[in-house]
Amino acid sequence: MKTFRSALLAVVPAMFVAVFFVYPVATLLARGLGLDAGRLLEVITGSRFLKIIWFTTWQAALSTLLAGLFALPLTWALANRQFAGRRLARVLVTVPFVLPTVVVAGAFIALMDRFNLDEGAVRLRHTVWAILLAHAFFNVAVFARSVGGFWSQLDRRPEEAARTLGASPWRAFVEVTLPRLRPSLIAAVSVVFLFSFTSFAVILLLGGPRRSSIETEIYRYAVTRSDISTAAALSIVQMVAVVSLVVTNGWLQRRAVGRQGLVADRAVPAQTARQRGVLATTLTGTAVVLGLPLAVLVERSLASGGGYSFANYRALGERVRLLPISAADALVNSLAFAVVAAGIALVIGGMASLAIVHGTRSVSRLLDLGMLLPLGTSAVTLGFGVLISLDRGVLDLRGSWWIVPITQSLLAIPFVVRGVVPVLRAIDPGMREVAATLGASPGRVRREIDLRIGARALATGVGFAFAISLGEFGATSFVGRRSDLLTVPLAIQRLLATPGDLLRGQAMALSVILMVVTALVVFLSDRLHPTSGGML
Amino acid sequence: MNRSTTTCRAVLVALVLSLLAVGCGGSDADVADEGCPTITLVTYDSFVVSEGLLESFTADSCIEVEQVSSGDAGQLVSSAILTKDNPTADVMFGIDNTFLQRGLDADLFVPYESPLLANVDAALQLDPEYRVTPIDYGDVCVNYWLSELSGEAPATLDDLIDPAHADQFVTMNPETSSPGFAFLLATIARYGDGWEDYWQSLVDNGVSITAGWSDAYYGEFIAGGGSRSIVTSYASSPPAEVIFADPPIDTAPSAVLYDSCFRQVEFAGILAGTEAPGAAQQLIDFMLSSDFQEDIPLNMFVYPANRDAALPEAFVEFGQLADNPATLTPQEIETNREAWTERWVEIVLG
Repeated sequence: MKTFRSALLAVVPAMFVAVFFVYPVATLLARGLGLDAGRLLEVITGSRFLKIIWFTTWQAALSTLLAGLFALPLTWALANRQFAGRRLARVLVTVPFVLPTVVVAGAFIALMDRFNLDEGAVRLRHTVWAILLAHAFFNVAVFARSVGGFWSQLDRRPEEAARTLGASPWRAFVEVTLPRLRPSLIAAVSVVFLFSFTSFAVILLLGGPRRSSIETEIYRYAVTRSDISTAAALSIVQMVAVVSLVVTNGWLQRRAVGRQGLVADRAVPAQTARQRGVLATTLTGTAVVLGLPLAVLVERSLASGGGYSFANYRALGERVRLLPISAADALVNSLAFAVVAAGIALVIGGMASLAIVHGTRSVSRLLDLGMLLPLGTSAVTLGFGVLISLDRGVLDLRGSWWIVPITQSLLAIPFVVRGVVPVLRAIDPGMREVAATLGASPGRVRREIDLRIGARALATGVGFAFAISLGEFGATSFVGRRSDLLTVPLAIQRLLATPGDLLRGQAMALSVILMVVTALVVFLSDRLHPTSGGML
Repeated sequence: MNRSTTTCRAVLVALVLSLLAVGCGGSDADVADEGCPTITLVTYDSFVVSEGLLESFTADSCIEVEQVSSGDAGQLVSSAILTKDNPTADVMFGIDNTFLQRGLDADLFVPYESPLLANVDAALQLDPEYRVTPIDYGDVCVNYWLSELSGEAPATLDDLIDPAHADQFVTMNPETSSPGFAFLLATIARYGDGWEDYWQSLVDNGVSITAGWSDAYYGEFIAGGGSRSIVTSYASSPPAEVIFADPPIDTAPSAVLYDSCFRQVEFAGILAGTEAPGAAQQLIDFMLSSDFQEDIPLNMFVYPANRDAALPEAFVEFGQLADNPATLTPQEIETNREAWTERWVEIVLG
């Protein structure tokens, strides 16, 4: 019975991914390559494709590096300093993550315009730098929230010991803190890399017409040309890249320091004037850089009739022509999808995390890979795969309400798993043994120790799941849905596809509402977890 | 029994229930023995009709219409080809003349000749076998912003390569944008083999290329705060600028370069494999009826195919279609699409 329950933890997530991801994608790949298997060889040997594969890879690597560097000060502050508004900062940093790319791209272009980075010596527009900066902007949240959360639970005594022994703060950070952060850092890096690796609209809108990534090429072949063979071949290349990344990743993870002393919260208030200065600079700097594009959006949403007013917001209550339902109804749809997607991500991701940490080595590796793979898979491949595979009997999901949150949850689960697993791995096994010796069943150990200590990471992951679902565009548009199930990002895209200042103003207002709603939802989900303080 | 077992059970039950709910959620075209049949209409995302319109069809015909959206026009056609053996819907709306041949080659549709085609111009009826029915049409045309124009208003395609309009024109990559592709077709229709030289001249004159329409119109064109005064858009864009102006205006701020227009025709077709062909035919008839046709312009900013349908005021006043729009046959477009766009990439993007 005990082993049955343990097995269940692995089997349920495995089944979920098998049915809703592996089966659809495999069906599409089989269909595509069945048509023309030689295409795969041409794709991996053609110099044009090799160039695209190379570009996709290095831009993703650089984007990740840039996001990590840019997020570092804020991540440090969130983990180490108690300050008024710390909780709020953790929430607000998620906002960029959820915004539709078309809107962010618009804000970036407006900023480049304002600061004269359009042309001239420091030209940003249609360069790879615009791509890297946008990816960094989107992904700061991943580092700040998941690494920051993990960091805040690390016992600070080892660093203090190092400092007492005469290490400089920098040396203590590099030699003591960094190695201990490694599991969480690697997890965040892999998620951000995959996000940038499969990014679509950023490449097209900011990179200019000359840039193509594997993702944009898959779209071009599958959609513009209906050439499923080439699209399938490219998808396979994309997956091979993702699998090799995950495997390297797992190898690095295992080499990382294992058990750690965990605490409820290591942060302390800034004491000296210098410490306060550093904190203030860090927070202001991050707020300015992340806030500028958002401020542009807010400004645009308020501009109406030649002045400023809330007219654009008021207009959203009524159904605009061009949209099948009112923007308010689209928001209700988005929220309902987000609740279900986050719920699925919580259950499946939570179970998978436990199975990865406690399962046998092969189960653990396979599950880890299976949970991460959807994030590195093209929305086209997944969407078309669903259309041709989940089409019969009880699994006929085409056009159903459920297919939207299910697909979105596939993209959200990695955020849960990658956040929770490092925390669970860091738990001192002694703690579990003591509980078992005292007569706790394995289930009870999992509940009382793993779930309680992992609760914060779980809540962070659920926050991301909400944000992903609220902002998701690609897969939602591909799986096919009932027309009245319009979501906010789709509505914004639609409003921006017809001329007229009124529509643009409403699109901006809707984006701002999306930002506010995301912040609220993440704020609530952050509060969901019980304090783990008493345990430790 | 401890609590963790209960939690496990609850999770399992929830999962099973949601799977069951999922199973019941899907529905295909099914004709009930008694009562009204339900048919599914699949369209691209931007298909919108006024509230109550489809309900009025249901009231008259006893046919329920379920609407499914499937991305942009390219996604719509590609996914219909992929799901040909088990179609997602009974009727598809939104395949245009640039994709038509691909859909016909894939045998997506079954023929139906609607009696209402008598009111539709022969020029719009591009399939002599009636596998698709024209529903609406519009022109993709170069637009220019009246107040910010450098030099005289462009009147011909050749004016776009005039140095007076240097660095003023922004258009879209035909590989990623449907109006971008339509404009490329307009130049091919006008210049024949000379289109390559024409595009070289556009490049020399500083044309800017974006991935999609929004990026061009709201990013680089004056309308969105950009600096370029000429853009590829639609013949219906000036009326849209008036209808959605803020604050309201009386005259359109932009105008259309009629010499640059390419005509797009959008069709509906009954998907092969439908189990309710009769109901599907009634839906096609309804889509050609005045009720539906008069609803089209203000929702989708295109023109009704049925010449009896009345146009809204703003379209009459500010909108005008090209007298002599460029066209190419669907066969020509499908046969050459890849070669043309690849050559375009070589010339323009280098």
